Parts: sequence; C-alpha cells; structure tokens
Amino acid sequence: MSNGYQIIVCSGIVPDPLQTLEPVQTPTGPGLKNEMMLPAVLDTWASHALYEAAHLASKVVGSKVWLVSLAPKTKLQQVMMIVAQKAQFELVAVDCPSGGFSDPYESAVVLADTIKSISGLDFNRLFIFGGWESASRGAGVTLQIVGERLGIINQFQGVDEIKINDDGSFDVYERITEGKHQISQFSKLPAILGWATGNLPEPKNNPQIGMVNMRTIMPSIQRAKQVKLENKNLVFTSVQLPKQERTTRIVKDMPVEEIAREIVEWIKQ
Amino acid sequence: MEKILVLLHTESDGSICRGGLESLNASLSVKTQLAESELVIGIVGNNVKSAVSNIAGCGAKSFVAVEGEQFDQPRYCTDAIAIESIMKAVKPSIIIAPATIRWNRVVPGAAYRVGAAADTHITGVLIKDGVLKASRWYYRQRIEALIHRTQRPWVLLIDSGVFKPYSGVPADAQIEILNVETPETAVQTRVIGYREPPVGHQTIRPDAKLLFVAGAGWTKKQADGKVHIEEAEKLILDFLNLTRASLGSSKSLVDIGSEGQAVLSFLSHLNQIGQTGSTPRHPKGLATCCHGEEPHTVGWRFINERRAINLDPNCGWARGKADVLYVADAFAVMRKVNELFSGSIGKKR
Repeated sequence: MSNGYQIIVCSGIVPDPLQTLEPVQTPTGPGLKNEMMLPAVLDTWASHALYEAAHLASKVVGSKVWLVSLAPKTKLQQVMMIVAQKAQFELVAVDCPSGGFSDPYESAVVLADTIKSISGLDFNRLFIFGGWESASRGAGVTLQIVGERLGIINQFQGVDEIKINDDGSFDVYERITEGKHQISQFSKLPAILGWATGNLPEPKNNPQIGMVNMRTIMPSIQRAKQVKLENKNLVFTSVQLPKQERTTRIVKDMPVEEIAREIVEWIKQ
Repeated sequence: MEKILVLLHTESDGSICRGGLESLNASLSVKTQLAESELVIGIVGNNVKSAVSNIAGCGAKSFVAVEGEQFDQPRYCTDAIAIESIMKAVKPSIIIAPATIRWNRVVPGAAYRVGAAADTHITGVLIKDGVLKASRWYYRQRIEALIHRTQRPWVLLIDSGVFKPYSGVPADAQIEILNVETPETAVQTRVIGYREPPVGHQTIRPDAKLLFVAGAGWTKKQADGKVHIEEAEKLILDFLNLTRASLGSSKSLVDIGSEGQAVLSFLSHLNQIGQTGSTPRHPKGLATCCHGEEPHTVGWRFINERRAINLDPNCGWARGKADVLYVADAFAVMRKVNELFSGSIGKKR
C-alpha cells in the first residue's frame, strides 16, 4: 500500500483578469456580458494551490494530485491547454456554471459530492486544497462547507506554506496581518488548506507533462456530468459597475523639485 | 420579528477589536430600522467579562459567551464548536459579525452546522421595504451588488472600515456562560506560534495613512540604458522609513523574480495588491512606475486620495483613476521627496 498523500485541488475558472467585465441580467440571474466569449484562466488562487499540491506530491513518493473543476466544459478545455503543462494531475471535471454570482453553498455541495465519488480515496492520507477565496465571488465560503460536508475539522485558510516534520506532523503557516503568519501544528489527516499565494513561482510550461495529462483530461471533460446551480436562496437586487471615473489632473513639464514639494505637502496634510 | 445576534471574539488581551465594535454599530443600525427586532451579543474567547463590560451599555437584550483557554486560540475546530453552541442557544434569524481574519476562516463553516447561510466581505447594510439587504463586491472589487437572502438564519460578515466603531461607557452586565464540551479531536490542532516578517521587511500595514505602490518600472532600464535596482531599493526603503507608509506592489513586480529578472529584494506576495493581492484601505495612495490595471483600479479601490508618478502621460490606467498624474522620472522625484522629508525631520530634531 502506498504511503503517499492524496491531494485534491478544488478549482473553478475565471475571466482573464485583464478583460473588461460588464454585468448583465440573464434569464437565470446576473452574469457577465459575453461571458462565454471571454478568455478564461484557472482561478488565480486555486492555481497557487495546484502548484503547491504538485510540489508537496513531488516530495513524497506515491502521492497523487486530482484537480476537481467546476466549469463549463467548453471553456475548461481551452484553460486546460495551458494548465496541463504546469503540473501533473488527474482531472475530475463537472460541467456547470463558474460565474461569480452563483451561490457558494450550491458549489460546495457539488464539490463535496464529486470528491466523495472519487474511487480509492483514503481519508487518512487526504489533503483538500483550493484557493482561500475565488477571484470571482471572493467569498471564502466554499472550502469551509466542503469540509463540513466531508466531516473534516482540520481547516486552514490563507495558507502560504506547509512543512512536514520528522515525526510526520504538519506545520501550517496561515497569513494574518502585517506580513505575519500564524503557525498551527496538526498530526492527523484529512485536512483542508485554502491557499493564499504560497511561495512558489508559476511553473514553466512543460510540454511533456502536458502530453501525459491530456490523456486523462480529454476523456474527463467528455464525460463531465452536467450540473445546474440555481441560486435558490440568494436574491440580487442590483449588480453594477462602481462609479470610478475621476478627473485626473495631468502634471507635465513641472520641475522635479516642485513635484516633490507638492507630494510632500500632500502627504503631510 | 428578527432576532439579531452580534457574534464577537476577544483578542488575546481580552479586548474587542475595532472591527468587532464596528459590526456592533452596524447591528445597532439594523435593529433600529427593523421594527420589534431584538439584539443579543454572543462572544467567544478568554476573559469575556472584561470585553463585555466595554459594550454593556449598547442596548443588547442579553449576553451569551463561550469562555475558556481552549477558545483563546484561533483554531477552526474549537471556534466552530463555540459559534455553533452560541447559535443553537440564541436561535437568531440574523447574525452580524466582523470579517476579522479569525472569523472569516470559521463562521461560514460553523453557520452551515445550524443550517445558516453566510455572506462575507459585506460593505454595507440597509433596510428597504422592511427587508434587510447587504452590498458586497464581486470579481475582486470590480462589480458591486446588493443582495438579500430568504434563508434564515443569515450571517453577514462585515468588512472593517465601513462603520464607525461603537463606543460606550463601561458597565456591568449579566453574562450567560455556555457549558461547551470540546472533544479531544477538536484540540489536536495547536497554534504553536507566529512568524514575524524578516526585520526591515515592509508590508501592507492597515494602520498607515499612506499606501506606497511600487510598480515594475523600478526594475527596468532607465534613461542611461542601465538597471538601477540598488538605488531603487534605497529610495523606496528610505521613503518608507521617513513616512511610515505601507508598501504595496503590483503582481508583475512580484512575479518577475520567478522569470529570472532583477527584483526588489524586500518584496514578496504579501506586498501584492490587486487581483491576487489585497485591496487595502488607506486614506492616501501614491503609485510609482505602475503600468497596469491592477494597482490603479482593483488595488486601490478603497484608497481615498490617489496620486501617481509615471513617465507615460498617456497611461490609460492612471487617467481617470488617480486624482493627480505626475509625468516625471520616479527616481528623480522620490530622491527629492526623501531629501525634503529628511530635511524636515532634521529640523524637528
């Protein structure tokens, strides 16, 4: 029997951060204008979670990473072309909306049920990773509910680092304020870690890993179960862009000394 | 009739944090507007008596607490048990709590145990046609929505800086201390300490009056065709030491280290603002050498007064987002700014 970890990374996809976002009303509730046309990326914090998962798995022989993704499968296929080259994983895809206006409770139920359905899971070796918040809803709710539904009480959010101690226990570094981290120690899995940015850089594209991953990714996307999120209890009264336009005074050709003086006076006010 | 529970925790010194006092004020505002509603305070931690005495005059109908050493540490398992116990004892329909780091990590999970829904990062509450509504941001502070839920209980975690903190005359209050059992499994996670940032490392400090944002331009070739990293580092650190400003940076500047380019040694992901960083709340912000959307829009959504120094007069990201855009060399300007600040400090001495 393997002693490696089983690491499940939960993720959705989000519009590329550089895209202009405009809210619109759809028959099923609020959404984004041309949402299906917007280029997408793997949720930013979940990406960090995936890199950390791959890093942890590489340190312990026999470990395996799954990426459980809730996203429309046509968009997911496009995103996977890039993500597949970053880290080795097995994709478990669920075909469902991934917009920010869906209720995290419904997403959490789907995620927890999907995780439960993965065959061969051993809770004594199980880590569930994800972003501590999503870049769409930014709620920080989903992973907590996944944990509650799976009965996992070792939960950590805003994680930047995990260390494995010689006795097999774990030290988890959770982000608090002013650059500080709270260090918690636990010894028994399962555990849930909602990652902040972590410490690892984005891995370079590795086409060989991509080819290996794509063998399981395409079949997984093809057989992805379709799920509807209904927002049963959440009512949106209004959804709008903030009024953010300011009248900017452009200061050109002002001597450096004057600019500096003006800035100093402004800071001192 | 709505029964409002204000859910608070104590700090290690037995006080209630500013965010907690702000959420108490938010709750008092909701209570005033909702006819026949009542307010109960629930509090978790150690030394709750001292904490409660400072808010005893707030008009709450009762005070309920879970107290003990095991509830002093911010730990998911024990915090969830404490919150669940208070919710079951009080049976509220609305729960208002501060979005502190401790509560953000546990309240939604604990709320799930009693069939409650939780919404986080709430930036405003209002009563419209007798219905409680809350505003919050989506897509990293790019879209604003007004929401409400038909489900009860409904938990609202209020972001700090939105409401004024409650202040009242200390008084005595009757506190009902709940008897809560903690199974052995709940305390297997131990908080064993805290890691401070390395000495001299500057990060986002919420209490600072000014946010200084360093962009990737600091690490690029300057007019002489060379990169001046050491000078950039000195100028930025001198400025931070002279002004006690908070240091933020754009994602690109944090990321370029992994691409093998020259970097400012004191920056890490903890400085990052924008899509994958923080959106700090400071009265003023000064962006230097930033050329992207994130620092100018998302990163300083909650910065009141904003100025930018940039060599590009057509920088579309600064136009319409900053109050003043200085078209100038940030190296030269910051060198002079530091001289002026050190001069005025020298005079004071």
